[in-house]
Amino acid sequence: MKPRTIVEKIWDSHVVSQQPNAPALLYIDLHLCHEVTTPQAFTTLRERGLKVRRPDLTIATMDHSTPTTPRNIPIMDQEGAAQLAQMEKNCADFGIPLHNLSSNKQGIVHVMGPEQGLTQPGMTIVCGDSHTATHGAFGALAFGIGTSQVGHVLATQCLLQTPSETYAIRVEGTLRPGVSAKDIILAVIAKIGIGGGTGCVFEYTGSAIRALSMEERMTVCNMSIEGGARAGLVAPDDTTYQYIHGRTFAPKGKDWDAAVERWKQLPTDAGATYAKELTIDAAALEPMVTFGTNPGMGIAISGNIPDPAAVADPIEKSDLIKALKYMDLQPGKPMQGHKVDVVFVGSCTNSRISDLRAAASVMKGRKVSPTVRMLVVPGSQQVKLQAEAEGLDKIFRDAGADFREAGCSMCLAMNGDQLEPGEYSVSTSNRNFEGRQGKGGRTFLASPLTAAASAVTGVVTDVRKLPQ
Amino acid sequence: MTFESKTVVIPIDNIDTDQIIPARYLKSISKEGLGEGLFRDWRNQPDFPLNRPEAKGAEILVAGDNFGCGSSREHAPWALTQSGFKAVISTSFADIFKGNALKNGLLPVVVPQDAHKELLAAPNAKVKIDLASQTATLPSGREVKFPIDPFAKECLLNGVDELGYMLKQDPAITAFESKHPPSINTRA
Repeated sequence: MKPRTIVEKIWDSHVVSQQPNAPALLYIDLHLCHEVTTPQAFTTLRERGLKVRRPDLTIATMDHSTPTTPRNIPIMDQEGAAQLAQMEKNCADFGIPLHNLSSNKQGIVHVMGPEQGLTQPGMTIVCGDSHTATHGAFGALAFGIGTSQVGHVLATQCLLQTPSETYAIRVEGTLRPGVSAKDIILAVIAKIGIGGGTGCVFEYTGSAIRALSMEERMTVCNMSIEGGARAGLVAPDDTTYQYIHGRTFAPKGKDWDAAVERWKQLPTDAGATYAKELTIDAAALEPMVTFGTNPGMGIAISGNIPDPAAVADPIEKSDLIKALKYMDLQPGKPMQGHKVDVVFVGSCTNSRISDLRAAASVMKGRKVSPTVRMLVVPGSQQVKLQAEAEGLDKIFRDAGADFREAGCSMCLAMNGDQLEPGEYSVSTSNRNFEGRQGKGGRTFLASPLTAAASAVTGVVTDVRKLPQ
Repeated sequence: MTFESKTVVIPIDNIDTDQIIPARYLKSISKEGLGEGLFRDWRNQPDFPLNRPEAKGAEILVAGDNFGCGSSREHAPWALTQSGFKAVISTSFADIFKGNALKNGLLPVVVPQDAHKELLAAPNAKVKIDLASQTATLPSGREVKFPIDPFAKECLLNGVDELGYMLKQDPAITAFESKHPPSINTRA
C-alpha cells in the first residue's frame, strides 16, 4: 500500500461514499456546538422537519456570548441572553447534551471537549468555529465549518468534503527558557503568512513538537487557521495516550487497549509525501509578539517594528501602512517598552491550567501595574476549579488581576469584556484583527508569560528580562 | 447564472471576517438584518469605497488577496448577499469563507494577478460574470476563466439542494455506521 500521511489515513477511514463528480461524503465522529453559529442551523432543521441524526455524537456548551461575571448576576445583554436561551431550547428540543452556565463542565468548546476525553486520535471533529483545529493536537482531523454545514452535520452526521493537501511543519530542537508553544505558532505564521496554509492541513512534527505537553500542542494546533489551514494536527504518541487515559469519555478496560492499538497505526508512514514542508529551529526562537492587524504581523520581542519603505509589493506596503496607522506605531521603533492598557490571559489558545500556571508563576509576589487592567479568564469551569485548588486565583487576585468565570471573553469581545477605543492589550488570544477585542482596540498577541510580564511592568516586556 | 455589474474595489489584502461583519452582529438567532453590519467599522470612514454614491447598486466586490480569512462565521456571506453582492473577485480566498459563500449563492471568483490588477485600477467599471462558462469579462473586454468546485457549480446552476442530496444517501450512512461503532456517547 502507498505510504500515507496521518491526514490521508483519517480521511480514508471516514469516507461514507464517493459519487462521481461530487465531493466525498465524510463521516463526522464528534460535533461540537455553541450558541453563536448554531441557531440558524436548528431553524433549518425545524423548517424541514428533520431530527438530529446522532445527538450521542454531539455536545454543546456556551462560551462566545457568555458573561464571565459571577454566575448569580443576571445577564444584562438582552441579545446575548436570548441567544443563550435559544441554545437551551435547541438542545432540549433535539436531545443534545448541553453544558449551560450552571454546569461545572461549561467552558470554551475547544477546552471542554479535550478535558472530558471526548477528543480522541483518529476522529473527525467539526464545530462552527474556526479554532476547531485545536483538537488536532490529539491526532484528530478537526476543522471549522459554517452554519449551513452545521445543519448538514446535525441532520446527516456527514459533510461533503474534498481532501486537503498535507503541509509538514517540522519544529526541531529545544525551546529556550521563556519561549513557549505560543511563540512557536506565532513564528510559523509570521514566516508563512496568514494565507500560507490555504487548502492545506498542517502536520506539526519534529522533536520540539514531540516534547510539548498536550496543552501546548493544543495551543499550536489552535492557531492553524491563522496560517490559513483549516486543520492542523500532531500524530498521537504516549503523551497523547497518557492525557486521555482515565478521562470521563476515554475508553475503559479492554476497549482502552484496543483503542491505543488502533491509534498507534495513525502516524504518517515512512515515505509518505507532503505537498509542502517547512522546518523551524526551536532553539533560535524568541518570545514573539504581533505589532499589526493580522496574526502574520509578528516579530521576535527584541525586534523593531517593520518599515513599509522596505516593502516592494504596493498592496502589501499599503496594508502595512494601514496596520501601523490603526495601531498607531512608528516603523523602526522597538516593541519592548510600548505601553499596555489591558492584559488578557484567556481564549481557546491559552486558557488551560498550564497557561494559568505560567502566568501565575510570573505574577506570584508581584503586582499588576497601576496603569493596567488584567483579566484572567479560565477556559472552562474545570480549569477554574483546578486553578482555585492550586491557589492560582489568589495569586492573580493578590496581584490585582480580575479572575473570572469561563468563556471566550475578550478574545472576540461579544460578551461585554472588551477594549475601549485606542486601548492597547497584550492578549494570549489568537487574533489581532482591527476591532477584534472591541471597536478601536489594539491587540498585541503573545504568550501567557509575555502577557503576565507586561501586566507587571505596564509595557511590552520580555519575561526573561523581568527583574527578580 | 450570468450577471453584469459595476464593481466596488477595496484594495486591501487579507480582509478578515471580523471586518466583513464585526462579532457584535453575531448575537442574532436569525439570518435577517445582517446587511447593516457589513464592513460596519470601516464604513465609519467617509472615504471608504462602499460609502461612495457610485457604489450604490454594485453587485461585484473586488478585494485584495486572501479575502475572508479568520472566523468561520457564515454571517460574512449573509451580510454580503443581503447588501446585494453576487460575487467577490480576488486572487485567493480563505477556505472556510469560500465554502460558506458558495452555499449562499455568492461567487468567490479567483482571477490571475494581471486581471486582478486591471480590476483594482478600474473601480466602478462593468464586469460580466458567467458561471456556466466560468468566465469573467473584464472592463477591457478581455475574458478570463475562473475555477470553481464542479459540485458547487452544479448546485448553483441547477438548484440542487445540498442537504437534500446528502439526506438521499441515508442508506450509505447507515451502512457506514453499522460497520463503525462510535467510541463515545455524549449522552452517556
